[in-house]
Amino acid sequence: MTENDPSQPQTSAIPTPGLSAPAVGAQDPRLVSRRWLFFQAALAINALVGVGLAIPVIRYLLAPWRKDSSYKSWVSLGRIEAFPTGETRLAVFKNPFTRPMDGITDNVACYVRHVASDQFQVFAVNCAHLGCPVRWFPQSQLFMCPCHGGVYYADGSRASGPPERGLFTYDWKIVSGELQIFAGQTPTLSNSAKLVNISIGEGESPCRG
Amino acid sequence: MPRIKRTQRIYDWFERRLQLEGPIKDAALHPVPRETASWWYVFGSGAFTLFLFQVVTGILLAILYVPSAGEAWNSLNMLNHQIPLGWYIRALHGWGSNFMVAIVFIHMTQVFLFGAYKYPRELTWIFGVFLLIATLGMAFTGQVLRFDQDAYWGLGIGISMVSRVPLIGGGLVHLLLGGPIMAGATMARFFDLHVFVIPGLLFGFAGLHIWMVLKLGINEWPMPGRIVRRSTYVEEYNRLAHEDGIAFIPGAFWKDLAFSAAMVAAVALCAWLFGPSGPGGPPDPAIIQTNPKPDFPFLWIFSILAYLPPALETPVILVAPVLAILGLLAVPLVAGEGEKSWRRRPVAVLAVAFIAVGWGEFTQLGTTTPWSPHMDAWSSDPIPVRYLRTATPLVREGANVFQEKQCRNCHAIGGLGGQRGPALDDVATRMTRDQLRFKVVTGGGNMPAFGKNLSAPEIQALVAFLSTLHPANERPAYTPSRPYLTNSPPQAPHPSGSGNSF
Ligand code: HEC
Repeated sequence: MTENDPSQPQTSAIPTPGLSAPAVGAQDPRLVSRRWLFFQAALAINALVGVGLAIPVIRYLLAPWRKDSSYKSWVSLGRIEAFPTGETRLAVFKNPFTRPMDGITDNVACYVRHVASDQFQVFAVNCAHLGCPVRWFPQSQLFMCPCHGGVYYADGSRASGPPERGLFTYDWKIVSGELQIFAGQTPTLSNSAKLVNISIGEGESPCRG
Repeated sequence: MPRIKRTQRIYDWFERRLQLEGPIKDAALHPVPRETASWWYVFGSGAFTLFLFQVVTGILLAILYVPSAGEAWNSLNMLNHQIPLGWYIRALHGWGSNFMVAIVFIHMTQVFLFGAYKYPRELTWIFGVFLLIATLGMAFTGQVLRFDQDAYWGLGIGISMVSRVPLIGGGLVHLLLGGPIMAGATMARFFDLHVFVIPGLLFGFAGLHIWMVLKLGINEWPMPGRIVRRSTYVEEYNRLAHEDGIAFIPGAFWKDLAFSAAMVAAVALCAWLFGPSGPGGPPDPAIIQTNPKPDFPFLWIFSILAYLPPALETPVILVAPVLAILGLLAVPLVAGEGEKSWRRRPVAVLAVAFIAVGWGEFTQLGTTTPWSPHMDAWSSDPIPVRYLRTATPLVREGANVFQEKQCRNCHAIGGLGGQRGPALDDVATRMTRDQLRFKVVTGGGNMPAFGKNLSAPEIQALVAFLSTLHPANERPAYTPSRPYLTNSPPQAPHPSGSGNSF
């Protein structure tokens, strides 16, 4: 070590406080207990300040954890004439819950199926397996997923592949000639699918987030 | 010479205050067993070098990269196309990541096969497992920061998996996303993870990991029959290190240095030759013509998810990772003593071989994704002309239906088309007309039922086409009893009849 180095005669001459302090303390029990008292009091104060600060920090971190309904609202997809009867069309809307830095990512796509005069089905594009965007093929009346080959029929029910249920659906209503859906968050098995739906395994049940 | 004296004085001034010479000399000159100066022992330091390389290239990227959902994609394209050599820095960071993941796995395999996790290095291994997880965390969050379609939908796969957690799944998804959808807040938190949180953990874990390597000594070369026992190991190791040892520097370390340099050179070369990956299409959720795929460290997971039966999906997604991590953590606690040499540990060798083969196979499948329909096959892959040369109008119409109804997306003909279902080039040799009709109408076994989507004439044409799909020299399947049912004289189809000619 450095002691052996002749060019540095003084290296270890300065006693390091970390080494000598416990030795002094050990000789004086009275001092020790007082110091320890202060030490523990200081620790306690730190713990108190820490806990006090942790509460707002944790609340800040958990802020996004909200009820699904607080993110959702009714969004218009436009006039119902845009969706011809008997056809399934892709519709794009702005997510009702946005932030300034979202850019294009607050676009959301969904499929609107106009079943009959005032009967609609609105599907999320997200595959019920792992959320990839399914594609609609009007010729064969199938939705196909590019990721793992999930396939759905025109009514959204599962046709084949790994999904355990049909496509997620949005609640919809018609307000003065416009088709509105209740949307606002990415549908996943945890928010759009009640367990009941999974056991039925069909896509007919509306999503009541 | 006064010059040297002055340098010495300056050195002393600093050393007097820093007092680093002692610990550094200790670390550099500590004796290690002679055979550890081996090329097998270079991967750990290699991984650390790559980590530092990633930190540096990452800082360089952050000069211009904009971590915002609205701007990230544009800033990547700017780096690629407008900033001189911006593409190269991106490529360095991307290839550095690939190399780092690979080297970390190689290091882990080597350490496992050499029994280096045994007493007293159990905790070194455990921190190594944390380092592995953190490295994969960097790879995943980095993939998200390359904010293109793959990144967007890849993260979608991630949150779909998280959403399967019982009870709190929805809340966890909100926390991960920072809101209800993948958007601005999501990007910000993944930047936070990738740039501050996980690198911080990596520095901490790597520091402790390396500290323990210095304190406990480099694992000696495993000799068959040299058994690790808690009571005697330390003494035996010290004898090896001191009596037949060499100083760590330069004896062993020169190989680490050389390997690190070679690897950085390889990264630089790959980056130069192959360039950066992406960004692909813009992360616009309204563009659904996309074919998302994760980066190579996660392809195997992507593949496994394609093959799990629906009922097993959630349990496997949620339980398997936990078991895998616990299993890795438990290795040194369960097998902390005993034989180190791979020559006497067949189970360990088999386990490594099994995992390597499985990993390789699933990764390979992940690159070809045979389970995915080919979305454009129906409109882009033609039916080979030779299949239609002798075709009747009905058969031709059937071929039309076959294309038009997207059968081709899942079924290859003439080597083109999807591989979701079997290739149908010789389907007529194994299925009769009745069976073909039944299969088309009712589906089953991952084949959708087409009964509702096809008219009766379409089905008839389709079946007529399918039943011509057999080699000219092989007769198609037929039901011997059918002619009797329809009261016409029995007539086995002749091989050369309607078959196509290969
Ligand atoms: C979503 C993908 C998909 C589409 C679209 C599809 N199939 Fe299939 N098909 C499959 C799968 C998967 C199988 C294997 C089923 C099984 O395991 O029984 C299959 C099996 C078959 C078989 C039986 C083949 C054999 O050797 O057992 C025939 C015939 C067939 N399909 C014809 C068609 C026709 C005709 C169409 C178009 C109308 C079509 N398929 C569309 C996925 C598909």
